[in-house]
Amino acid sequence: PSQVVPGADPSARQLCFAWGPAEVLVCETLFGHRGGSPSRGEGGPGRALLPGTLTACVAGTGEGGPSSSRLFVVRKDQDIYIQTLRKLFNESHGIFIGLQRSEEELAGKSRKAQLVQVSKNYRSVIRACMEDMHQAAILTRDPALHSQYSTQVSILSAMELIWNLCEILFVEAAAAGPLLLRLLDWVRLHVCDVDNMVHEVLSSENPSKHELFWNVVDVFVLQGRMDEARHLLSKEASANPTSVNMYKILDDLMKKMPVPSLGNTQTLTEMELKWQHWHEECQRYLQDGTFASNSHMESICKILLGDEDAILEKKDLMTTWYHFLVTRLLYSHPTVKPMELRFYAQACMDLFLGGESSPEPLDTILMAAFEFEMHQVIKECSIALSNWWFVAHLTDLLDHCKLLQSHNLYFGSNMREFLLLEYASGLFSHHSLWQLGVDYFDHCPEYGRVYLELHIERIPLNTEQKALKVLRICEQRQMHEQVRSICKIMAMKALRNNRLGSALSWSIRAKDAAFATLISDRFLKDYCESGCFSDLDLIDNLGPSMLLSDRLTFLGKYREFHRLYGEKRFSEAAKLLLMLMTAHIAPCSFWMTLLTDALPLLEQKEVIFSAEQTYELMRCLEDLTAGKSDKQKFQDDDVETMKVEMLRLALARNLARVIVKEGTLEGS
Amino acid sequence: QDNRISIWSVGDLGNVGLSGEYQGEPQLLCDIRHNGDVMDMQFLDQERIVVASSTGTVTVFRHHQNNQTLSANQRWEKAHYHVDQDTSCGGAACTGVICNNPEIVTVGEDGRINLFRADQKDVVRTIDNADSSTLHAVTFLRTTEILTVNSIGQLKIWDLRQQRNEPSQIFSLTGDRVPLHCVDRHPNQQHIVATGGQDGMLSIWDIRQGTMPVSLLNAHEAEMWEVHFHPSNPDHLFTCSEDGSLWHWDTSTDVSEKPSFLHQGGRSTTYFSHNTTNQSVVSVWLSNDPTKDRMEITNLIPNQTLSVNTLDILGPCLVYGTDAEAIYVNRQLFA
Repeated sequence: PSQVVPGADPSARQLCFAWGPAEVLVCETLFGHRGGSPSRGEGGPGRALLPGTLTACVAGTGEGGPSSSRLFVVRKDQDIYIQTLRKLFNESHGIFIGLQRSEEELAGKSRKAQLVQVSKNYRSVIRACMEDMHQAAILTRDPALHSQYSTQVSILSAMELIWNLCEILFVEAAAAGPLLLRLLDWVRLHVCDVDNMVHEVLSSENPSKHELFWNVVDVFVLQGRMDEARHLLSKEASANPTSVNMYKILDDLMKKMPVPSLGNTQTLTEMELKWQHWHEECQRYLQDGTFASNSHMESICKILLGDEDAILEKKDLMTTWYHFLVTRLLYSHPTVKPMELRFYAQACMDLFLGGESSPEPLDTILMAAFEFEMHQVIKECSIALSNWWFVAHLTDLLDHCKLLQSHNLYFGSNMREFLLLEYASGLFSHHSLWQLGVDYFDHCPEYGRVYLELHIERIPLNTEQKALKVLRICEQRQMHEQVRSICKIMAMKALRNNRLGSALSWSIRAKDAAFATLISDRFLKDYCESGCFSDLDLIDNLGPSMLLSDRLTFLGKYREFHRLYGEKRFSEAAKLLLMLMTAHIAPCSFWMTLLTDALPLLEQKEVIFSAEQTYELMRCLEDLTAGKSDKQKFQDDDVETMKVEMLRLALARNLARVIVKEGTLEGS
Repeated sequence: QDNRISIWSVGDLGNVGLSGEYQGEPQLLCDIRHNGDVMDMQFLDQERIVVASSTGTVTVFRHHQNNQTLSANQRWEKAHYHVDQDTSCGGAACTGVICNNPEIVTVGEDGRINLFRADQKDVVRTIDNADSSTLHAVTFLRTTEILTVNSIGQLKIWDLRQQRNEPSQIFSLTGDRVPLHCVDRHPNQQHIVATGGQDGMLSIWDIRQGTMPVSLLNAHEAEMWEVHFHPSNPDHLFTCSEDGSLWHWDTSTDVSEKPSFLHQGGRSTTYFSHNTTNQSVVSVWLSNDPTKDRMEITNLIPNQTLSVNTLDILGPCLVYGTDAEAIYVNRQLFA
């Protein structure tokens, strides 16, 4: 897809670009214009160029310089934001996944049938979308929207036309014989400008008297719809008894016309022979002048004989060169082989356009298809269409048909992967369709994972549920870096919003010990400042997650100590307190607090700490004070020194009491 | 972003074809724009729907059936917020809403519980910091009591008659405190509660006893987003998950009457061994090992791709929505 940025003129200013995941920044620099003609988006009649949307344009002030610079923000991949196309993206995603997962072991005919079914599914999705778009176009009152929808309908219609042809020629690879029948169906389905006229004539009271009667008969003949043509002709015959003979002969010829069969009822050579006889018969009748008196019937006979000029006369009824091609083939080479199509196609296009008009992009694409130049088809479609949907899915299907040689592009991946990557990247800029993109990346063996890793971190996570979905995707693909990163972002957000429980929950998910330590420190800080614990429901219920980080374990155990103290289970509390220090679960900075917590236990009437324990406590205190340098001791204020003094006193007193208690024999 | 609340009609029973399959597509009746993601919604009564938004706003929409339109009836902005209600970016997602006309209870990522009354402009009661983590879902236990589940694997009962801002009871998962995402109460036996976790595990709790779940059933491979007991047929339970599956848990006793080889399986049906000689009155959900009784578990989705985010059931109808932007309706659930 190519884009035109309105207002950005490379001939006036040198432009610089920066690419982001969803947008491109185009900036005018202060450098003057370069020589030479600018090359903008290629023009050409009928090219469907959808301009990138200018979402913002900022003018900077240039100090004393020439005119100010402007910054353009250009959004790529417009189409993903069209509401009615969302069905296309979602449904085709389902078909894509189904195709990737489908049985590769099925060989030969059944595999081909399966692939043809997939192709038909894609096409029916395109048609469904066309229907919706058409409905939307009818219902809308906004003229701009109406024209946008109508354009989309015609683009979708063209896409289906191309896809259908590719299905016939490449996926189904129809052989000579059935090929023509498929092409006839294709033309009948897609060239329907004449449907209105047909309807008008058929529903009129006296069809044979209608001015467009013969046009309709011609249309039927041109499209090989013999039965319908004969049916109409019978009306003319009954209305016009003088031409009954002529009619009978023509009717007979039309009835006898040999057509290729789909089944195996006749071989190609048989059919050719029959056709040759029939052709000669028609020739005889024409030369005998049987239809001389009725110019309409004569021209029909000429058409049956495949007379180029006669068919070309009905140009307006056929409207397109490919209709002309199929009609010509029907009446001159019904057993045409696929590889021969290219010669006829080129000739027909030249004849039809007759040098008046040049081929449009659609014509070039169809021609490339007739020439079996698959790569050319894909290339032309990529340029003409505004998003990668079509080429990505078609190429993937052709790749599954094993039709694309591994055509390595110079930067490593093959064409199928390149297109899928481009398409999926486009999806990622959408706030919701990115989920589809994930599966596409999964099926790009070489670069898919890398692309996914880069894109998935940039999805905005505005709710926890979205974050959980992203995380699940990362975990399923063992993208540990991304899991850690996303959990950290969510945990930080939670922390900033004072949701400590949420923050802890995210750190547990990521098994992030460092963050758990951070959260615990936060709790402990709150405790030191306020004297009580916040969020007790969390701390009291840590469970096994307590072991995630030492600090967290300490927090849990410290809270348990407080609980035991509150329940007056002093000896257990004392044991726990000591363990916290001796097992080095408590951070050194907290030891003073712990020792201070021990004070009330030491001052109890009943002796709680045993001699052993008291010695331990004393050792801890000495370790603590010894650790301080002289300078620190000098800086310690009175409160600190008093605390230490009080502790020493309490410990000594306790020691005294406990020695006596332990030394006393019980009950003597 | 263009998020909408839409009302659809799924036609009448006359549309059911020969095979019993539903014919015809749901028709869109009306829709209205919604600001933010729709996190949860529930019918308040026949005409009104309460919707919880990711912006923290709770809105009541009215469906006018005479002219098929939707209008916003009432709105509580910033019902859920982080830290400061007045800052523009302070909104916190409202994750769950439950109604018992005229009362509406909402919970959110801010750990807050709000009690509203339809037609009353101001919030009736707010419990700030009810939880230090995100509250994922809420449901009514009794008319004055609610159940909430949070990100640290806790199930809490709150008594709304009491003025204190503490839960009256806290239940926890054993083992890892995996976040719980959904909760539902048995329609008839109010002590039986089911919750679904982030690891896809289904837990059944008896809130009369203990603080731990009665049974843990390994179910889905990813987050279980919603769990629902069938309102009129509570032997049936439904769960849906991020892994794209929707499971139907069937503990109805008549299944055990026939010998196993006569059963027709669902697309993926698991049978557990059985031998219950006497069917006791105690609900099969609470038996020590529900898998001992015959429990049939069926995945109702043949080709799973993207997450099934939500489901609801009423009578024989099941409706569920997926991340592939599709809604599915099954009107012959027990056929």
